[in-house]
Amino acid sequence: MDFRVDEDQEALRAGIRSFCEGRVPLDELGRLSGLDRAFWRDLAEMGVFQLRLPEARGGLGLGMSEAVLVFAELGRRLVPGPLVWSHLAAELIPGAAAGEQVIGGLDRMLPGSEPLLIEHLEQLDALLVLRPDGVHRLDPRKLRARAVATPLDPLTPLHEASELPEGERIAGPEAALRLRLTGGALVAAQLFGIAEATQELATAYAKGREQFGRSIGSFQAVKHLLSDMFVRQELARAAAYAAGATLDHPEVGDPARAVSSARVVAGDAALANSRACIQVHGGMGYTWEMPCHYYLKRTWVLASSFGNGEEHCERLAQQVAAGLGP
Amino acid sequence: MDLRYSESDEKFRAELRAWLAEHVPKHGSPPPAHDWPARRAWDAGWQRRLFEAGYAGINWPREYGGRDASPSEQLVYYEEIARAGAPYIGVNFVGILHGGPTLVAEGTPEQKAAHLPRILRGEEIWCQGFSEPGAGSDLAALKTRAVRDGDDYVVNGHKIWCSFAHVADVGELLVRTDPNAPKHKGISWLILPMDAAGIEIRPLPTLAGEGEFSEVFLNDVRIPVANRVGAENDGWRITNVTLRFERGTAFASEMVQLQQFLAMLVRVAQRVTRHEARAWDDAGLRREIGHLAAELDAIWAMVKLSVSKASRTGVPGLEGSALKLYYTELYQRIAELGMRLLGRAALAREDVGGLPSRLVLHKALQSLSLTIAAGSSQIQRNIVAERILGLPKER
Repeated sequence: MDFRVDEDQEALRAGIRSFCEGRVPLDELGRLSGLDRAFWRDLAEMGVFQLRLPEARGGLGLGMSEAVLVFAELGRRLVPGPLVWSHLAAELIPGAAAGEQVIGGLDRMLPGSEPLLIEHLEQLDALLVLRPDGVHRLDPRKLRARAVATPLDPLTPLHEASELPEGERIAGPEAALRLRLTGGALVAAQLFGIAEATQELATAYAKGREQFGRSIGSFQAVKHLLSDMFVRQELARAAAYAAGATLDHPEVGDPARAVSSARVVAGDAALANSRACIQVHGGMGYTWEMPCHYYLKRTWVLASSFGNGEEHCERLAQQVAAGLGP
Repeated sequence: MDLRYSESDEKFRAELRAWLAEHVPKHGSPPPAHDWPARRAWDAGWQRRLFEAGYAGINWPREYGGRDASPSEQLVYYEEIARAGAPYIGVNFVGILHGGPTLVAEGTPEQKAAHLPRILRGEEIWCQGFSEPGAGSDLAALKTRAVRDGDDYVVNGHKIWCSFAHVADVGELLVRTDPNAPKHKGISWLILPMDAAGIEIRPLPTLAGEGEFSEVFLNDVRIPVANRVGAENDGWRITNVTLRFERGTAFASEMVQLQQFLAMLVRVAQRVTRHEARAWDDAGLRREIGHLAAELDAIWAMVKLSVSKASRTGVPGLEGSALKLYYTELYQRIAELGMRLLGRAALAREDVGGLPSRLVLHKALQSLSLTIAAGSSQIQRNIVAERILGLPKER
């Protein structure tokens, strides 16, 4: 057992970090509009979609541990687009791995009364729907849907579909469960990335901002907000990494439990940290021009993907009751 | 980022598990809480058993009689000790977890030879003489004075919160050796023989009603200069070594026990009824338990990350502060959930109505010390903010 990020993984992370920083500048988020196909192919070039595809199929042959590191970086930088779905589709839909096809999706494993809101619909070449009986492929162009004029996250455009056709079943129930679990881990990774990014933004701001003749970061009331942000971030990191490592080697624990724990802890961390980030920025934090609100809004989007916190808490409670360890 | 235990780790686990299965029952039940001589004998006896089997000082170097276990073996050790319900480290706490490790890192060859084997064999019990009535969170403000007289220091002062002082042989003692230097630069770290003349120990009952810690008064106590660990006036640096051990992975076994405690609370929730329904039928309660389980899983993963990062016997990193901060507050929330589940059964500190009141109340009361001892949560937040995040000091 060596839970550290190894040298190859560190290099992968550094590469994707510098790519994201170059391509998604935080002070130009307001100018990003729509999904750029060239950017999508560049993401593919970086391995975002083909990461776990076997080398024989043109992939990088890496595992979920690496995918978690990459998706944490995407979360850190608010990279827009149906990243998780296109990553999940790499094994199912030709062209997805290379970024030639943009794939979106909808999780209908536990359908409730929720409206059928589909992210990035206009950009999609295919729509995957997870249902208890399997994975279905739908043609997004044939969907009857209206654009939502004011989506919560400015970088996540939405359509509301009036109905969801059956589509073509391209994989069975086991695949649907597996994709949902994998997707959940990648969402947890992005949420951890948000928790880390917002802590760093808030800390940097608190060091530079002066009031009462000194840096506000010297006041304990502010300091303790920031140290709590750091602790939540580290807890989320450990849980997200553990989810990746457990999916890679199920003999070390129950992957479903590890993913649920990561979703709960990373979801809390992202929510609390992006809120605290706004608080530390004061009035500036409430403005559109600062990136803080993008993080909170993206957190709300992610937190509703592949099961929400309540569902994961219920699952964990049932596992404890059944005497199943982590 | 690999959580797999190796074949040799699993072999170590199997051997340890078999050994624990034999020796935990053999060691019998713990003596009454107030019978301190018996408690010392019981805890020290367990330490002796560990030593004889080669399990004492799991992360100590082999040359001092330790196991020198790899990080993954250390985790296996903490998991198995908790799983087997083995005796807790008890009165050996200070010696094994931070006094001894401080000597390993900073002691002279003579100091190591004199103390380390005795600590490992359960023959020497340590206590801590750090805090003073006027030096708690501001530990460096300590006033206990040591004046050099030939080959001795003559020490006068008043220490407080000295856990196990009344059963200890040796103490970790911080003294002021240079009253004119800035407060962090005039401190020395001494090994205090508890049988020296001039030591008075006054027990200070805790809110749990237990006589765990004492005040220690030092009146012209002579301590050989050879008992100084590190250079004169370099004691603050040594103190930080001690504190990092104290805040590091010292809680690892307790975390695993806390998972078992949460599972026990689920069984309680399935038995107690409220408003004609089982407590467990309340979805809000189940989610609360699920949430706590997620946090416990995550903090255990954080321990794995921390242990993987620490070199075998190196000083734990600053992330120990983050771990301690989260773990101690989580512990209190879980204990508080236990109190709520018990309802009025929580009014008795003994089992009533077939409910585990004794254990739950013990945890609820004892956990109040966790966010104060070894640096309060507020001090840990300052450490995280200033030393990890690099925020400016308040003054």
